[in-house]
Amino acid sequence: MALPSSAAPPTDARHLHGVRSPLRPTERIGAVAAYFLVVYRRTWQGSLFSRFVSPLLFLLAMGLGLGSLVDASSGGVDGVPYLAFVAPGMVAVQAMMTAVSESTYPVYGLFTWNRMYHSMLATPLRVSDLLLGHLTVVAAQGTVAAAAFVLVAALFGSFSSAWVVLAVPIGLLVTLAFAVPLFGFTARAKGDSSFNVVYRLVITPLMLFSGVFFPVDRLPFVLEVLAWLTPLWHGVELIRGAATGGLAVLDLVHLVVLLLFIGVGWVYAHAGMTRRLVS
Amino acid sequence: MTSLSPGVLTPGLAMWRSVVERNVVSFRRQWAAFVTGFAEPVFYLFSLGIGVGSLVPFVVTDGGSTVTYAAFVAPAMLAASAMNGAVMDSTFNVFFKLKYAKIYDAMLATPLGPRDIAVGEVVWSLIRGGVYALVFYLVALAVGVVDSWWSVLAVPAAVFIGLAFSAVGMFATTFMRSWVDFDWVVLVIQPLFLLSATFFPLGTYPGWAQPLVMATPLYHGVALERGLMLGEVGWGLLWHVAYLLVLGVVGIRATSRRIETLLRA
Repeated sequence: MALPSSAAPPTDARHLHGVRSPLRPTERIGAVAAYFLVVYRRTWQGSLFSRFVSPLLFLLAMGLGLGSLVDASSGGVDGVPYLAFVAPGMVAVQAMMTAVSESTYPVYGLFTWNRMYHSMLATPLRVSDLLLGHLTVVAAQGTVAAAAFVLVAALFGSFSSAWVVLAVPIGLLVTLAFAVPLFGFTARAKGDSSFNVVYRLVITPLMLFSGVFFPVDRLPFVLEVLAWLTPLWHGVELIRGAATGGLAVLDLVHLVVLLLFIGVGWVYAHAGMTRRLVS
Repeated sequence: MTSLSPGVLTPGLAMWRSVVERNVVSFRRQWAAFVTGFAEPVFYLFSLGIGVGSLVPFVVTDGGSTVTYAAFVAPAMLAASAMNGAVMDSTFNVFFKLKYAKIYDAMLATPLGPRDIAVGEVVWSLIRGGVYALVFYLVALAVGVVDSWWSVLAVPAAVFIGLAFSAVGMFATTFMRSWVDFDWVVLVIQPLFLLSATFFPLGTYPGWAQPLVMATPLYHGVALERGLMLGEVGWGLLWHVAYLLVLGVVGIRATSRRIETLLRA
């Protein structure tokens, strides 16, 4: 079989042997994303419980059960029933949890257990393609999880404004604000036991102290300042603002903080991946 | 163990102790996993105590007394952490040893029997859980959410909770085929954690749900701890102890039988 004689072979002839034109960025990222989607098609059932049943249980227990106590003794929080207070927070937690569970053990496994990232790098893919492709899938999962939760919570009558649909794109940002830095952390992890510690010492406290179950101004001042520094609190505030229709210009600050986590996280993640895989 | 002389190892000499000892040795290298186990219930206590406590100043317990929300929720956190610790130990850890590390195969190749393994693992789990319970109790004491002298019994009571859950957890583990099956563990544990009169009193549940809640093991653990830590003590608490004890004993017997059939067959 003869090589095409022209210097630039046609780009749509990739199935032929011979010199190929370089892949376009979208093709490279799409190829990585496609791999993760194939894997996900075989494993999604396992995540159903943690994605949907578990937040539903939290909503029942906290929103309705604990809510009846809160509403009876202090008439709700900041003028809304406890369920309306806690449900937007749970949407953000949902996005965070998805990001965390998809960016720790599974990513670590791709470095070590099946070394899939190494295989991918042996193809024309680059580190940034792996990151972008994989993060796209994680972001999609987080967004779907947030959207599903909004839907379920809406059936319980948790939201008072149609602006709550904004919770879905905000959920996307919250997912990335956790996933991107965590990819960097995982790339530097020596063993998988450190994730357990991260779950217990970072993720659980974040869920408990970032304004999900009670306003952060009830915390001692030092802890309140700490809460301001976490991406979860900013996500919670944004979604709560959307769910009550009370978003204001000042809320742009929350948006900026989330974007900062994503941007700085990207540099951290890219450097970590490069160090682990290339050098 | 004075009757032990080299070469003469007969069963029935509390050989489960060597299973416990092995765990102690192996955990020296995982101290971070051990130490952070303390943190979770304490975080919950503070979050609920300070935060939710500011929204719910007082709760009327099922026993009829009025207490602060922190005092109400602390015993439940103690019971839930005893459950969690026992379940994690007896499912994930045991499964790993059973399927991957083949530690029980190795143990059965020594004079240890299946019952030594079951008892040894449960005892280790109780020691670990007991230490956690003690630390949590001291924290609760320090922040002043403990109302009664009866509360000194809260730590031994947590051991009963650990016994019940580690025995049942280990029994369940012997049926597991892969890590995917562990979703079932979470599927059971999480509703128990959230809906065993942990965060709000039994009286708050709808009438039809109350008997359901009362049938679950964690409810008995929570009710027992709450009775002791708030000083609502009566003979009725013994029912909770009996429930947990029966669950534990039946679980251990069933587990040793399963290990026998799995590894000796």
